[in-house]
Amino acid sequence: MINLTAASREQRIRLGLKKRHRAERQFKFYGALAIVFGLACVFLLFGDIVSKGHKAFQLTYINLEVTYDQDILGVNDPTDARQVSLGNFHGAIKAGLKNRFPEATGRKNKRELYSLVSNGAGYNLRDRLIENPVLLGKTIKIWVIADDDVDTYYKSIGESDGPFTGRTSEQKEGWLKELIKAGDIEKRFNFNFFTEGDSREPELAGIRGAAMGSFYTLIITILLAFPLGVAAAVYLEEFAPRNRWTGFIEVNINNLAAVPSIIFGLLGLAVFINFFHVPRSVPLVGGLVLTLMTLPTIIISSRAAIKSVPPSIREAAIGVGASPMQVVLHHVLPLAMPGMLTGAIIGMARALGETAPLLMIGMVAFIVDIPSGFHDPSTALPVQIFLWADSPERAFVEKTSAAIMVLLAFLIVMNTFAVVLRKRLERRW
Amino acid sequence: MGLTSLVLILLVLAFVVYSTARSRAISLAKPLGGISHLHSLPFFYGMRSAIWCAVPALGLLIIWSLFDDHIISTLVLNSLPESMRPASATEHSLLINSIENIASGALSSVASDPHLVSAAKVLDDLNAMAANLVTIVVLSTAIFCSALAWIKLSPQLRARQAVEKAFKIALLAAACVAIFATLGIVLSVLFESIRFFQMVPASEFLLGTEWSPQMAIRADQIGSSGSFGAIPLFVGTLLISFIAMVIAVPAGLMSAIYLAEYAEPAVRNFAKPVLEILAGIPTVVYGFFAALTVTPFLRQAGANIGLDVSSESALSAGLVMGVMIIPFVSSLADDVITAVPQSLRDGSLGLGATKSETIKKVIFPAALPGIVGGVMLAVSRAVGDTMIVVMAAGLAAKMTINPLETVTTVTVQIVTLLVGDQEFDSPKTLAAFALGLMLFVVTLALNFFALRVVNKYREQYD
Repeated sequence: MINLTAASREQRIRLGLKKRHRAERQFKFYGALAIVFGLACVFLLFGDIVSKGHKAFQLTYINLEVTYDQDILGVNDPTDARQVSLGNFHGAIKAGLKNRFPEATGRKNKRELYSLVSNGAGYNLRDRLIENPVLLGKTIKIWVIADDDVDTYYKSIGESDGPFTGRTSEQKEGWLKELIKAGDIEKRFNFNFFTEGDSREPELAGIRGAAMGSFYTLIITILLAFPLGVAAAVYLEEFAPRNRWTGFIEVNINNLAAVPSIIFGLLGLAVFINFFHVPRSVPLVGGLVLTLMTLPTIIISSRAAIKSVPPSIREAAIGVGASPMQVVLHHVLPLAMPGMLTGAIIGMARALGETAPLLMIGMVAFIVDIPSGFHDPSTALPVQIFLWADSPERAFVEKTSAAIMVLLAFLIVMNTFAVVLRKRLERRW
Repeated sequence: MGLTSLVLILLVLAFVVYSTARSRAISLAKPLGGISHLHSLPFFYGMRSAIWCAVPALGLLIIWSLFDDHIISTLVLNSLPESMRPASATEHSLLINSIENIASGALSSVASDPHLVSAAKVLDDLNAMAANLVTIVVLSTAIFCSALAWIKLSPQLRARQAVEKAFKIALLAAACVAIFATLGIVLSVLFESIRFFQMVPASEFLLGTEWSPQMAIRADQIGSSGSFGAIPLFVGTLLISFIAMVIAVPAGLMSAIYLAEYAEPAVRNFAKPVLEILAGIPTVVYGFFAALTVTPFLRQAGANIGLDVSSESALSAGLVMGVMIIPFVSSLADDVITAVPQSLRDGSLGLGATKSETIKKVIFPAALPGIVGGVMLAVSRAVGDTMIVVMAAGLAAKMTINPLETVTTVTVQIVTLLVGDQEFDSPKTLAAFALGLMLFVVTLALNFFALRVVNKYREQYD
C-alpha cells in the first residue's frame, strides 16, 4: 500500500516534470528572445543610419569646359576684389553647359539644362580666378559640383530598382547618360561636408557650422560644470556637516538629475534670455543651460570618485600635519581625478547629444556662417540633424544620416576615451 | 576699458600681490629664524592677500555689470523730451535699440530724429564715462583692499585659517548652485504659469478637452479661438508612454533576467555593453529613425493588411521610445535582481524548483519593489522625452487611444509653442510654461515615489 502510493507519487512527479522542463525551456527562450530583440534594434538602427548616410561622404562632380569670358563675368581686372566678388561666375558655367549641350533651346529646356549643376558651383570658379588671375579670358576644363537631384540620380544608378528619377526628366536623364558615357561625371570625396556651414542646397550643405557651435557650447559647459561639480562634490563629501541644509542640497541634486531636459530649456528661456537678456541663439546660453543639466551627473560621479579614496590616505595626511584643505588638494583630488574626469567626459557626451533645451533657447535657426566665438549665433550638431530631418529634399536624408554618423562617431570616441581612462588610471586599494 | 581686459588686469594684480605678500612673509620670518616661526606657510599669506585683492573688486564688477544697462538706458531716456518717452515695454526696447544703432553708426544720424541723435550722443558719453568710472573704482578697491591686507600681515597672523575659510565658502557656493538651479526652474515655470492661470482658469486647463492654442489676432478671425484644454495632450502623452512601456518592460525585464541568471559570461560580456549603447544614442537619432524608417514601414505594413496608419502615428513614436528605454529598465532590473541574496536562490533550488520557477516565484517577488521603482523611473523618462515625439508624433491634439492615429504630447506642444518668436504676454507662450509645470511636477512625483519604493526594499536584505 505504502509502496504503491510512493510509486504513484513518483509517477505524478515524473509526468509533471516534463511540463515543468518545457516551461523552463520556454522561459529561457523568452529571455534569449528579449536579448536578441535588443541586439537586433542596435544593429538595425546602426545599419539603417549607415546605409542611408554613407553616400553623403561622396559628392557628384561634372567635368565642364568653362571660359573665363570677360563679358559674361563682367570682370576685366581679376585683382580687383570688389569686381571679382560681384562677377557672374554662374553665368560662365551656364555658357559652358550650353556649349556642351547645344541642342537645348527654349526657356524651359535651358532651365532644365542649367539645373544640372549646383547653384554654388560658381564659387569654385571664382576662387580659382582669385588664386590665378592669368586665367581671365582662358578656357579651362574643371569639375563642378552637380545639383542634388543629379547627385541622387547618379548615386542610385547601381540600385536594384533602377536609378531614382523622381525629379529628373527624361531629357535630363539623356544628358546625364551622355555625360556618363563620356566619363565626364564622377563621385569624389565630399570635403564640403566637413568644411562648409548649412545651406538650403543639399549638395552645398556641411556640418562645420553646427560642429563649431557644439564645440563652443561644450567649451562653456565643461569650463563651468567641471569646476563647479567637483567643488560641490568635495564640499558634500569632505566638509559638509550632516544637517538639514546639506540634506536639502543633496535632494536638490538628485531631483535635478531626474528633471526632463526640456525643462532646462524653459529655465534658460525664462531666466537667461528673458531676465538677464543674454542674446538668443548663441553658444553662451546653450552652454549655461547644458551646464545646469550636466552638473548633477558630474557631481554624482565626482562624489563616487571621492568616496573611493580610502580614509587611510586622509588619516595619513592629517597625521603628518596637513590641514583639511591640504588633505583635499594634495591627496584626495589627485587620487580621485581619473574617476572625476571619466564622469565629466560621460556628462559631456550626454550634453553633446542633447537637443530639446537648445530648441527652447533659439539655437535652432538657419545659420550659414560658421560661428567663430561664444557670441555668434549658431546651432549644434543634434539640432542640425533635427533641422535637416525636417527638410523636404530627398538629398537631405543622406546628409542627415551622415551628420548622425559624425555625431555618433564623436560620442563613441568620447565614451571609449572615458573607458580607457578609467581602465588605465583606475587604482585598486 | 573692456570688461575682459579689466578682469585680466585684476588677475595680474592679484598675482603680483600674492608674490609680494609671500616674499614679505618670508622676509618677516628671517629675523625670527626661518619660516617655521610664522603661524602659517608663506603660501597662505600670499593667498590671503590675493583673495583680499581680487574678491571685493570682482564682486563690485559683477554687481555693476548686472545693472549698468538698466541705469544707462534710464538716464538716456530721461534725456529725451517728455513727449518721446516710451509708454510700453516693447516701445521702450525699440527706442533703446534705435538709439544704440545710431550710436554705433548702423543707422545714419542724418536721417534720424535729432532728439534721438542727441540721445545717442548722451549714450556714447555715458558709456565712455561708465567705463572709466568702473575701471577707476574697481582698481582702487583692489589696491585699497590689498593695502589693508598688507598692513595686517605679521608673523602671528592666522593666514591659513582665513584662506581655508574662504576655500570652504567657495565650495559651499558651488554646492548651492544646484539649489539655485532648482529654484530657478521652479520660479521661472511657476511665475509664468501663474500669469497664464490669470488669463485662463486652471479648471479649463486641467479639465478642458479642446486644445487649440492659436490666438486670434483680429476679432473676426475664424478658427483661432485659443482654447487651452490640456486633457488631449495628457491622453496623447499617456498613450505614447504606454506603448513605450509595453515594449520596454517585457524586453528590458526578460533581458535583465536572462543576463543575470542564464547567460554565459561571454554572452553577458558582449550583450550587456551592446544593449547599453541604446541608452547612449541621442534622442534626436531615435526621432530620425522613427520618422524616416519606422513610420513608412508601419504605413506600408498597415496598407498591406488594410489598416490606415497615420503618417505621424502614436505607434511609431511609442515603439521607438520603447526601444530607447529598454536598457534603462534592464540595467535597473539587473541591479535589483543581483541584489537578491544567493541564499534565497539556493533554498528554492534545493527544494527542487527549476530555475524558471525560482525566478518566477522567489526572485521576482523579492525584487518586485525595486522593479516597480525602476519602471516608474522609466515612465518618467518616457513622459519627459522630447525629440522622438517632436519628430515622429503629430501636432493635432486628438482625444483618442487608437495607436494608429496622430496624437500630440505635452513636450511636443511646449516645443511648438516656444520655438520661434515668443511674446511673454500672450497665453499662447505662457501655456508652454504651464505645461512645463505639469511635466515638472509629474516627473518629480514619479521619481520621488520610485526612489522611496526602491529604498524601502533595499533595507530588507542589507
